[in-house]
Amino acid sequence: MSRRIPESEYKKTVSYKLKSWYDGTKDYFVGELEMKPQKEKTISDEAFKKSEKDAHEIRVRALDVTHNKGVARFSRTYKVFSIVFCVFLVGMLLYGVAALPPFGNADNPVNNEVAQRYIEQGLQETGAVNIVTGMILDYRAFDTLGESHVLFIATCAVLILLRKDNKKKANISDRIYEPKNDAILQVVAKVLVPPIFIFGIYVILCGHLGPGGGFSGGAIIGAGLILYINAFGFAKTERFFTSKTYKIMSIAALGTYALCKSYSFYTGANHIESIIPKGTPGNIISSGLILILNICVGIVVAGTMYTFYVMFRKGDY
Amino acid sequence: MDFIQNFPFFCIIISLFTGPLSSVLKGKKVKYINTVMIFMMCVLNAFVFAYCIKTGESFVYRMGHFPAPWGNEIRASILEGGMALFFSVIMFFSVIAGRIETAAEVEESKQNLYYAMINLLMCSLIALVYTNDLFTAYVFVEINTISACGLIMIRQRGRNAYAATRYMVMSLLGSGLLLLGLCWLYGITGQLLMSNIKEAVTNLVATGAYNTPLLISICLMVVGLCIKCALFPFHTWLPDAYGYSTLSSAAILSSLVSKGYLFILIKIIYRVFGFDVIVNDKMINVLFMFGIVGMIIGSLDAIRENDIRRMIAYSSIAQIGYIFMGIGLGTTNGMIASIYHILVHAATKSLLFIAASGLTDTSCGKRDFLSLTGSGYRNKLAGFTFTVGSMSMIGFPAFAGFISKLLFAQAGVESAHKMLLTFLALAISTILNAVYFMKTVIRIYTPAKRLHVDETGYTHLTVSSQPSKSIAMAVLIVINFVLGLASDPIVNLIQKGLEMFA
Repeated sequence: MSRRIPESEYKKTVSYKLKSWYDGTKDYFVGELEMKPQKEKTISDEAFKKSEKDAHEIRVRALDVTHNKGVARFSRTYKVFSIVFCVFLVGMLLYGVAALPPFGNADNPVNNEVAQRYIEQGLQETGAVNIVTGMILDYRAFDTLGESHVLFIATCAVLILLRKDNKKKANISDRIYEPKNDAILQVVAKVLVPPIFIFGIYVILCGHLGPGGGFSGGAIIGAGLILYINAFGFAKTERFFTSKTYKIMSIAALGTYALCKSYSFYTGANHIESIIPKGTPGNIISSGLILILNICVGIVVAGTMYTFYVMFRKGDY
Repeated sequence: MDFIQNFPFFCIIISLFTGPLSSVLKGKKVKYINTVMIFMMCVLNAFVFAYCIKTGESFVYRMGHFPAPWGNEIRASILEGGMALFFSVIMFFSVIAGRIETAAEVEESKQNLYYAMINLLMCSLIALVYTNDLFTAYVFVEINTISACGLIMIRQRGRNAYAATRYMVMSLLGSGLLLLGLCWLYGITGQLLMSNIKEAVTNLVATGAYNTPLLISICLMVVGLCIKCALFPFHTWLPDAYGYSTLSSAAILSSLVSKGYLFILIKIIYRVFGFDVIVNDKMINVLFMFGIVGMIIGSLDAIRENDIRRMIAYSSIAQIGYIFMGIGLGTTNGMIASIYHILVHAATKSLLFIAASGLTDTSCGKRDFLSLTGSGYRNKLAGFTFTVGSMSMIGFPAFAGFISKLLFAQAGVESAHKMLLTFLALAISTILNAVYFMKTVIRIYTPAKRLHVDETGYTHLTVSSQPSKSIAMAVLIVINFVLGLASDPIVNLIQKGLEMFA
């Protein structure tokens, strides 16, 4: 049984609003959101000529084409040489690829005793259901140790290049780095960021059980952090993630990684039995040190991604 | 298993850990950690070196619970232990000598990052020396590249940013080619461990299968490493990178970073492809020719240069040319000469950079030759050191460079086709070296007019007013004379080490 309601009350219901929005009689977003029409960018003829003249001037002064014959010659021959070189390189590599073993052939040299042991005994020896994780974090953990330090040192290099150390100057112009309070972005971020974090944590924790691991999970968490900072700005993010947090977390993660692996390298090389239990394959807490290492790698990757973003955007945090 | 066999692993892990550690600390603690770490590297590597000499054989160290083709492995022998020891010693004195410059030219808040870079660079050098696995080598080549970039750009000026960008582009191209070559090699051998690859390559050569991919992968790897070492046609990034960076960076980059790549190249030649395979294809002749051209072109550029630091940087190109000429001779003696020249160049180049910095300090920081007139009198130790370094680079008897030139000439006599070219190149290059180094030495010992001195406000520096530099210069001079006067045992050790390599 439906019940009649007065017109004024009906106009307040959701279904009426939806219908009128669908019909196009009223747009409920008008006046609620920041809706400024974008100005068309216009460049006056004078400014355009000036910028072109400047560019020419810079080219002439920097390269000194009129006086420096070497530069003129170089810029002429450079294109020809680069094309010739690229054609040569492509030709050489294509010629070589034709002679490589066919893809996916069972008799290829790659399918040897090394891969065989990884596949057949990987689960038993490392305790990780995901063979790839077992390979990178147990069989060849030394390479991965170096690889996570590659990420760390890349962050250091970006910090050297982009960190502003004049705090006062950075604070004055801080507002221009803050995003506008965009309602759509904030609502979407509010809904999406927690699942992204949880999914990232899941990918890290289950790295030894299925597809995933520290590198991919860390990248997901880093992406979530970047979404959060885009929606809510630096002030809110800095309540839980500052450069100090990053430093402490990365040193803790890299230190733990180095310590865990030192233990297993040392015991392995000196033929001492490791006391770390492998656990039941398939459980969350299993496969020895792999879980801890995955968490460490995840922290480093997430911090690296976030730091890159902040450094390129603001240069300080 | 003896406890000493753990030391290479300790070296790598300690220096690796001090990198992140010093990035969170501040102030003096970072310098202290850096000094202690490098000193520990010297001691530990000295033990490894002594152990290898005593036992007279190499040993492998298993990284983890799984044996080699499945897990990772590092390997130490006389050559590796000695090289790591030498690198650590040079690193120690390069960092110490540049303390004052580092404090002045690097921003206060970024000094911890600078030392973190140096720590990780040390780690990557030691790992490159000890590694027995091609992919591990690639990972540490990456760390080496990025930290070297950081060392160049730490002094934040336009020129350094420009130099670092050029260095990064060229160096990443080199890394990319190395990785590509590594992938091709893995595709046809299915192995990453050096000794297993060599076995597989020997089989491939014997059966003649996969000839083209093997040749291409040799080309890609060798060219990639040549770009990183600044062999002649790829050298244009070098003068900016060495000339404008801060003193420690310049000394480390010129004497260690390129030598790390050279050592891994020699390791690849001996332990991955096998010396005979490399000699039998024509790749080695290409290296020989480019080495010789580099010797001449580098020296000619150095003669035209008016900036003392850039002149020394150009001289590096010539010296890298020597090393490649030795490799290109394709004989064991040529290789011994090359390795000896790696030692000589590493010791002498850092010495020259430190001495040049001492000379420019007394000349208001100006680096052109006119301003340097008479600086040898204003800073006597730096003047003497620069003279020693110059003599060594020219190849004066009793100095280190003489021995390596002698070894090159002896090796040249053995190979009939390359003898004439080697001798000609050695003679011409020695004359060119003498032209620009003697020009500088004469310039710094030409007394400046007193009036000139008063106007410009030149200062006098004594030994006690620059203690860290003086210590470094004194030790490096001693190393230079040891290399020049007591060469026989060192050459014997290199020979033994190369035998262990094969």
